[in-house]
Amino acid sequence: MMVLGGVGFTAPWLLLALGALPILWLLLRAVPPAPVKRRFPGVALLLGLKDDETVSDRTPWWLLLLRMLAVAAIIVGLAGPVLNPEAEQAEGNGPLLFVLDGSWAGATRWPQQQEAIEAQLTRASRLGRTVGFMTLTRPEKPVFQSADVWRNRLAGLAPAPWQPSTAMLQSARAALVDAGDFDTMWFSDTLAYEGRDALLDTLQQRGTVEAYQTAVNVLAILPATYEDGAVQLRVLRAAAGPARDVVIQAQGRDPAGNGRILASVTATFEEGDTQAQTALVLPSELRARITRFDIAGQRSAGASTLSDDGLRRREVALISARENREGLELLSPLHYIEQALAPTADLIDGSLGDVLPANPDVIVLADIATLSEAEANPLTDWIESGGLLIRFAGPRIAASDISRIDEDPLMPVRLRAGGRSVGGAMSWGEPKALSAFSNGSPFFGLGIPDDVTVSAQVVAQPDPTLATRVIASLSDGTPLVTRKNVGQGQIVLFHVTATAEWSTLPLSGLFVEMLERLAVSSSAASTTPDALEGTTWIPRRVLDGFGTLTDAGALAGVDGPLLVEAPTGPMLPPGLYTSGDRTFARNVLTADTELSRTVWPADVPVRGLAVAPEQPVAGWLLSLAILLLLADVVVSLSLSGRLLNRSNAAATALLAMLMFGAPADAQTPDEEAFALSATSELVLAHVITGDAQVDEIALAGLKGLGDTLFFRTSVEPAPPLGVNLETDELAFFPMLYWPVTPRQPTPSAEAYAQLNSYLRSGGMILFDTRDADTASFGASSPNGRKLQELAAPLDIPALEPLPGDHVITRTFYLLQDFPGRHNSRGVWVEAADPNAVQIDGIPFRDLNDGVTPVVIGGNDWAAAWAVNAGGEPLLPVGRGYSGERQREIAYRFGINLVMHVLTGNYKSDQVHVPALLDRLGQ
Amino acid sequence: MNTPLSLRALSETEAAALPALLAKAEHLAGAVLLGAHGRRRAGTGDDFWQYRPAQIGDSRRAIDYRRSAMGDTEFVREREWQIAQSVMLWVDQGASMRFTSSDALPQKIGRARVLGLALAILLNRGGERVGLTGTALPPRSGRPQILSLAQMFCRDDTAEYAPPEHRGMIPHARAVFISDFMGDIDGVRTALTKAADRGVRGVLCHVLDPSEEAFPFTGRTIFQSMGGTLSHETLKANDLKDRYLARLAERKAELQSLCALTGWQYGVHHTDSAAQAGLLWLYGALDARGVAA
Repeated sequence: MMVLGGVGFTAPWLLLALGALPILWLLLRAVPPAPVKRRFPGVALLLGLKDDETVSDRTPWWLLLLRMLAVAAIIVGLAGPVLNPEAEQAEGNGPLLFVLDGSWAGATRWPQQQEAIEAQLTRASRLGRTVGFMTLTRPEKPVFQSADVWRNRLAGLAPAPWQPSTAMLQSARAALVDAGDFDTMWFSDTLAYEGRDALLDTLQQRGTVEAYQTAVNVLAILPATYEDGAVQLRVLRAAAGPARDVVIQAQGRDPAGNGRILASVTATFEEGDTQAQTALVLPSELRARITRFDIAGQRSAGASTLSDDGLRRREVALISARENREGLELLSPLHYIEQALAPTADLIDGSLGDVLPANPDVIVLADIATLSEAEANPLTDWIESGGLLIRFAGPRIAASDISRIDEDPLMPVRLRAGGRSVGGAMSWGEPKALSAFSNGSPFFGLGIPDDVTVSAQVVAQPDPTLATRVIASLSDGTPLVTRKNVGQGQIVLFHVTATAEWSTLPLSGLFVEMLERLAVSSSAASTTPDALEGTTWIPRRVLDGFGTLTDAGALAGVDGPLLVEAPTGPMLPPGLYTSGDRTFARNVLTADTELSRTVWPADVPVRGLAVAPEQPVAGWLLSLAILLLLADVVVSLSLSGRLLNRSNAAATALLAMLMFGAPADAQTPDEEAFALSATSELVLAHVITGDAQVDEIALAGLKGLGDTLFFRTSVEPAPPLGVNLETDELAFFPMLYWPVTPRQPTPSAEAYAQLNSYLRSGGMILFDTRDADTASFGASSPNGRKLQELAAPLDIPALEPLPGDHVITRTFYLLQDFPGRHNSRGVWVEAADPNAVQIDGIPFRDLNDGVTPVVIGGNDWAAAWAVNAGGEPLLPVGRGYSGERQREIAYRFGINLVMHVLTGNYKSDQVHVPALLDRLGQ
Repeated sequence: MNTPLSLRALSETEAAALPALLAKAEHLAGAVLLGAHGRRRAGTGDDFWQYRPAQIGDSRRAIDYRRSAMGDTEFVREREWQIAQSVMLWVDQGASMRFTSSDALPQKIGRARVLGLALAILLNRGGERVGLTGTALPPRSGRPQILSLAQMFCRDDTAEYAPPEHRGMIPHARAVFISDFMGDIDGVRTALTKAADRGVRGVLCHVLDPSEEAFPFTGRTIFQSMGGTLSHETLKANDLKDRYLARLAERKAELQSLCALTGWQYGVHHTDSAAQAGLLWLYGALDARGVAA
């Protein structure tokens, strides 16, 4: 292969043919285009005219250039050009060891790494070198085998969801002790870790070491935490660099249970920072459904973090004493708590004995003073194991002796008898407001609205411990909310009612925020090693290196403290662990993880993973040549004036299709022609019944009506059309004439849907039973029965016989009768508004409604209208002059009908009343 | 060729073309009548001859409703010019007329026939006698004459460029020649001089295809006449354009001067413009010369 300017040629000598191009240029210039034969009557005027010069039009230079390019493309294409001809690499011999970091950090670029390894395997195979593999995250003694064997196993390599630990590196070094001499290619994941240097020394003692490493910056996400009402997310990158945005996606299950992205948020690395932080504010309902956070575009275990109990939706049990007060919902002691918690927590109703086995996160007792022994004991146990008990005071607690002398185990403080009332009708002073929350209070930082006042409360007894237990107090220092810790749980007492009776607190947004704070701080799963002492955690779902959750299978359980402290590894893969009802997510990164980039010593050559494979471009060049030649055909034809010639049009279209593929628009030419013919001018149409004679007469009738319209009015319809209800679009026609025959097929459901939308959008159908209405649309005439059957699925309003003041009687001509070939009175239209009344002195009612969607009659109008091709009436109507008169009235009815369809109720407008009165002679 | 069978088939095809031509012409004529309706305004009293009671056989169109509305009897308004004038048509049926430059345009011959027939219908409706020049169809009035005219118009001529028929001209009649006048100009000159000799005045309607006016051809081309008898080869068609257009203009000027000499009217009609425009001009031209007045 010869390389010219970065492009290799397999047959470089063919390029000499490029030298022949100038000769071709001269040849092409000399040949004139072939003549076109043309019929032209004006030739008589041309006779005797001589051409100025005998030389034909020269082919234009750009056309020549096009042809030259085509020929050049063919020549170069045949010379076998190859892009990215493989650059030479130092050859070697002897065994070759591939060392892979094999950690999650390389998972995102794993396919590229596989390709690079495969390319090197191919090369090793060509050089006949034996190859061994060592993955540092799963060190084993390398086995040197032929490269082809390894190539088959390559797909089986997968990154581990942990980093190589010191112990792993030691065992790796141990495995290499008696492996002899070899060269090394180290595929690094770009993350530095301890003990690498020692291994590198060992490898360099055995032979040369080459490193492969991408320039990609590894991204990882730290476990999500919930603080300050938002999910806090931190993202790390291995090397500081320019500012960069990273999108974090919160994955979870939607209400239907399908996994999907619930939210996404952008974290921004400032320039030079390796850490980015962002917060995701989500409704707690949504937050509780999040199962994991992923960095978009990354596919590694480090770029995703699993969420556990910390973000879960709480279960809250609500218990009050007075459940039997029916009907007074706003006075229910639990009403405001339910309202406050319902959006954010799962509420459990029931008695204390019922809800305790459900192990709720929080139990709320509203004004319950005493609990029986059988209730108090399990409740205490529940609190000690991490439950949060929230109590509200109330008249009952104030009246009881609970926690009076000795502190009740289920009360945070001792209470004075009777409580106090401030700002009431019988007391001095104003209702008290809240004082700002102190620093140690869980409510610290919440804003206090001005309208939150307390007018009655139970009062805590001063005690040595009281100060530490107050988490909210009134402006005069009286404790309002107190709290004490019991075991892992806590008891909180609001010294007011949960209703608005004693204070306005439950009415305010502050109440919700306080409950939120309390419920959030109730995440009992304290995850310190001490707290986990003695527990065993069983892996349920574990992450693989790519960040995919898989079933843990039969992995052994892990000791509690180890779960938190030990680094991840084969014995402790990251994933979801459970102990009892608690779930703990062990993520790849812990809160204190830092990432740093591998730095290779100067004596180790580092290559990128990017492999640009050899790419033969001959095919492309030859295709280009063909395209150019095709273009040349089109251009030549158009230059000689033959492109748009009618006889060549089809061939040109075929050529265009060959060149550019079939046109995307799939509308058939038939449909298009139909739409064009129906819309370029006004077209009257009839429904094709399938009875040839009826259809013929309908068409002839519409032609006759159209001609009459043309001569007498400014409506100038095009020749009429027959419409097939099943296949044709109806929207083009202002009106349809539908002759009813007993044997016509009933339209399909789709056709009816189309008809209904046609009627709704202002179309009109003229039904003609053609039986002189002998049956008055009863069931006795076959046509009448068929009409009933046809019209049943149609969206037709109530009908009435055409009233004498209907607008059809005066849209163009003034009419009283509507004859066709028959002259019956039974013509039905949409019923008028029953509220319309006739005003004295005005001949018609004020009916400003739309066009009637149907006109039904049996006068066989088409027969009266029908004309033959010469314009003569097709069928006889009546006898003699009176028959002709009837035909004339039939035409007038048709004209009125079309005018009605086209102008609507224009003639119903009262503006025309004077003129019409004048005409009517009144 | 003239076996009964082929004759029958030929007649059938001709008969099939006939109604279409008639209908087109009727259509066209109908449209013009609407426009001409306004001529019955006050002030044109010199046209008026008399009102007479309507009789059986009078078309409803002939009834003058303004007069009839004054009483119970229906009147027909008769006009003086209903004393018939003879108009003779000649429509070029030569092969050169069977040309169109695009599918969207009618052939010149089609347009010429429609114009001729529509004019005949209009004149016939006005009570004039219409016929062809020559002896084949002398001017007559009435609807059968229209049918005969339509029949005559359906006969193609095999000649490449047909010269105007100038025989059988009735003295002091009117004549209408519709053609592309691409053939020898001498035929036209003879016909016009002869007509002028007999006091016949009339109208020349020059029907042209837009491509004949524009000559939009380029490249090496062999031009052939419609019958294929004439041909002309050129290497650069676009070079010929100016000289062709000059010759065409010369031809038009010649026709115009001929008309001016003999007292005829000359007009050009292009097949891409509306037939109505052509018909209006034709009718107006005849009208202005006092034929329809």
